[in-house]
Amino acid sequence: MPYGPHTAADRSRMLAAIGASSIDELFDDIPATLRASRLDLPAGMPELELMAHLQGLAARNRTDLASFLGAGAYRHYQPPAVDQLLLRGEWYTAYTPYQPEVSQGTLQSIYEYQSLLAELVGLDVVSASHYDGAAATAEAALMTCRATGRGRILISRAVHRHYRETLSTYLSGGDLELGEVPVVVSGPAAGTTDLAALEALLADPDHPVAGVLAGQPNFYGLLEPMAEIGRLAHAAGALFVAVIEPVSLSVLAPPGAYGADIAAGEGQSLGIPAQYGGPYLGILACTDALIRQIPGRLVGMTTDLDGQRAFVMTMRAREQDIRRERAASNICTNQALLALAASIYLATLGPHGLRDVAALGAARAAELEATLIDAGAGRLHPGPYLNEFVIRVPDARAVHQRLLERGVLAGLVLADVEPDDPALADGLLVCATEVTTSAEIARFGAALQAELGGSRWA
Amino acid sequence: MGVTGPRLQSTIFEKSHPGRGGGKIPHPPKDALERLPAAARRAAPPALPQLNELEMVRHYVNLSQLNFAIDTGFYPLGSCTMKFNPKVNEWAARLPGFAGLHPLAPDATAQGTLQILWELQEILAEISGMAAVSLQPAAGAQGELTGILMIRAYHRSRGDHDRKEVLVPDSSHGTNPATASMAGFRTITVPSAPDGGVDVDAFRAALGPRTAAVMITNPSTLGLFESRIGELLEAVHAAGALAYMDGANLNAILGRFKPGEAGFDVMHINTHKTFSTPHGGGGPGAGPVGVGPLLVPFLPAPRVLRNDDGSFRLERPGERPTSIGRLRSFVGNTGVLVRAYAYLRAHGAEGLMEVSQDAVLAANYLKSRLVGTYDIPYARHCKHEFVASAASIKRATGIRTLDIAKRLIDYGFHPPTIYFPLIVEEGMLIEPTETESVETLDAFADALITIAAEAAASPELVHDAPHTAPVRRLDEATAARQPNLRWRPMTGVETPCPD
Repeated sequence: MPYGPHTAADRSRMLAAIGASSIDELFDDIPATLRASRLDLPAGMPELELMAHLQGLAARNRTDLASFLGAGAYRHYQPPAVDQLLLRGEWYTAYTPYQPEVSQGTLQSIYEYQSLLAELVGLDVVSASHYDGAAATAEAALMTCRATGRGRILISRAVHRHYRETLSTYLSGGDLELGEVPVVVSGPAAGTTDLAALEALLADPDHPVAGVLAGQPNFYGLLEPMAEIGRLAHAAGALFVAVIEPVSLSVLAPPGAYGADIAAGEGQSLGIPAQYGGPYLGILACTDALIRQIPGRLVGMTTDLDGQRAFVMTMRAREQDIRRERAASNICTNQALLALAASIYLATLGPHGLRDVAALGAARAAELEATLIDAGAGRLHPGPYLNEFVIRVPDARAVHQRLLERGVLAGLVLADVEPDDPALADGLLVCATEVTTSAEIARFGAALQAELGGSRWA
Repeated sequence: MGVTGPRLQSTIFEKSHPGRGGGKIPHPPKDALERLPAAARRAAPPALPQLNELEMVRHYVNLSQLNFAIDTGFYPLGSCTMKFNPKVNEWAARLPGFAGLHPLAPDATAQGTLQILWELQEILAEISGMAAVSLQPAAGAQGELTGILMIRAYHRSRGDHDRKEVLVPDSSHGTNPATASMAGFRTITVPSAPDGGVDVDAFRAALGPRTAAVMITNPSTLGLFESRIGELLEAVHAAGALAYMDGANLNAILGRFKPGEAGFDVMHINTHKTFSTPHGGGGPGAGPVGVGPLLVPFLPAPRVLRNDDGSFRLERPGERPTSIGRLRSFVGNTGVLVRAYAYLRAHGAEGLMEVSQDAVLAANYLKSRLVGTYDIPYARHCKHEFVASAASIKRATGIRTLDIAKRLIDYGFHPPTIYFPLIVEEGMLIEPTETESVETLDAFADALITIAAEAAASPELVHDAPHTAPVRRLDEATAARQPNLRWRPMTGVETPCPD
């Protein structure tokens, strides 16, 4: 065993103290009929070989492409300080801070995370973290059901499909009803939540709605009329959940400013690498009025016996280890280390640095749009966006594949995600951030122009 | 700990000084945000702190030193398996090819990671004795939810809509009943037998046509193998219900007991326990779920599949309509799974069997050292952890388990899990793991024995502990009654953008 300390003499000494003749004797309580068949696994590898093996596998991933892929996970500048600080064993090899006297580092860092995110989202209560944006969104929907006593959720179809699917899975447990609000098909608001349809769905007196969920920016990168959506939700007695992306909140109105009751979203863009899907950071925040409904850990400020300021997990009566079957959620392990990463990221960049990240991403995206239009693509939706948008090209899937062969990852083929929506059949969802270079944009433009043969499609 | 020892820190907001920081991001063009409609814009920048990098770094380094961690000392937290977190695993997860891979990258560009995930599915299926594994759940509790939702889908697929109950023993983790509630079931709690095991007769009596599932932790949360598990599983299946195994205690039984072979229908695995992925001060984890043949059709999507030509791919949306769907975005906590994979490949079959053998040996050794000083409510051989009790000490001296736990901090140890499982009076659940040396185990036992003597000789010393930690015991009541959950910074202080 590579990491164990015991010599044969240690083991003999321990067995003698126990009064057992062999280690096998310690497993005598497993009935003979239930004992495992031989464990059939490859032999263990010395560390040197293991490292070579892993390097070989890592090299089989293509991370050399000019990538314009976003769609819920974003490539960003990561200050080197973030990872170097995360690598301190005092952070990453600690458990949940159940013993506050020896966990003040983790506890204060979570309190600060809650405070930093509260500033960004404009809501006062922020949970210590959830698994990811999709799971946090699902928990937000369940909160609205508990708070209103109603059993129906409406989610805009312009929220990421993975989030809608996760929500559907979570709601299935409680036999709660899920409805989708269509998006506007044409005109200046194309690609955003259809307000008239939302109003009609909210008007059904037999199926009162607990919560309305919409994204800002939405899945297509477009800006939603959040204040309007919130007004319609509230007029029907429903709560309003904003699905957010935190970097954008340095320049976009925060959920607290447009009347959202809950904000949920993916915090990966705050200094966390893409790493094929996780671990990420589920953000969940709410107004003070909903404090008893929010699931997950909360850290509060208090004092110790000597009156020193200190931090502790609090309002624990919502949690599974205390409340068992009446808990607000079953969540136990969360994403504390990623919340720490986000805090370090925010503390490194500060308010102006974060604004520059969002603004530079917007500038790169505008440059990308102009380049792609020039190369013959069109935009699918005319509305304003921050740093992600949909282009139309003929035979999008084949073009995407051929661009890949030219070293360009041309965003996401929307037909792969929404195969049943004819409006998206020609769509590629593309994204730029502050790390996208003009050279990469030019490469995309040239490759696309070559594919489209200069034909203008807009 | 530094030369001057750990010091409490003011908050990062108090260390902020307007005008500090910067130099990280190129200045964007002035008109970068002009195309955004005014209604969508933020009125004032968020009041985030402004620090130069050195002050920021010192803040987080100094804060870190207020933490106890595996890397600083012995952490025998029962049920949590706080074993060494190998450094090579951190290195592996940070390889640019893994860390930089986008979760929606086309399969052809993600073959290295897909291979790891596919192999990991196979390795975990072999260890658990299950037919197939999903890597999607982000943590053990989400694995539980996945498992119970699959059980629900299974019963419904058979037109069996009357099974509304989930049975759990009273010694179970709180996540079990909480999961049952989230999945729409009513929890029936079954008392344990006097020997600490599952009361098979009580379970038999509770089983019936309304039972959807039983959730069992084996070895139990007392660290005892459920020797009558075969009988229990037969009764469960005879009643038409399915059996869920909480895999929190898998570290005791690697290569000795495969839950799927024994008849469990589904189980989750906590990679941050058994397979050494670090717990990060509360997370992240990963909670892969293994299932027997009955539940394979219901596994969450997407799974990782191997093509006939040996390449790998993700299941396509809608490819398996019987799936319960997604539990989260993308594939799973891949960065955590890469670490678990590295750990598994470093060990191989023989190494994994040694892990469990040494974990069980260490627990029994530590237990033998405490006999005579602490009550050991269940005397038989334990598995990877055991329960000791301070009930006799409390009767004699008034000193409680909580006090003893806090006094351990003064001796340089992290306390064990206390008051869990709930069925043991003044219980402490002690899990030493296989990576601690016998000298460490002895030093910990010596400390517990010394504290027992202190409880009799100078109880106030124990009662007021800890004495050497950065803070003393906390006012948790006020924290809950008047919650202060966020800093209120810089109210009224302008933080204009410098442009």
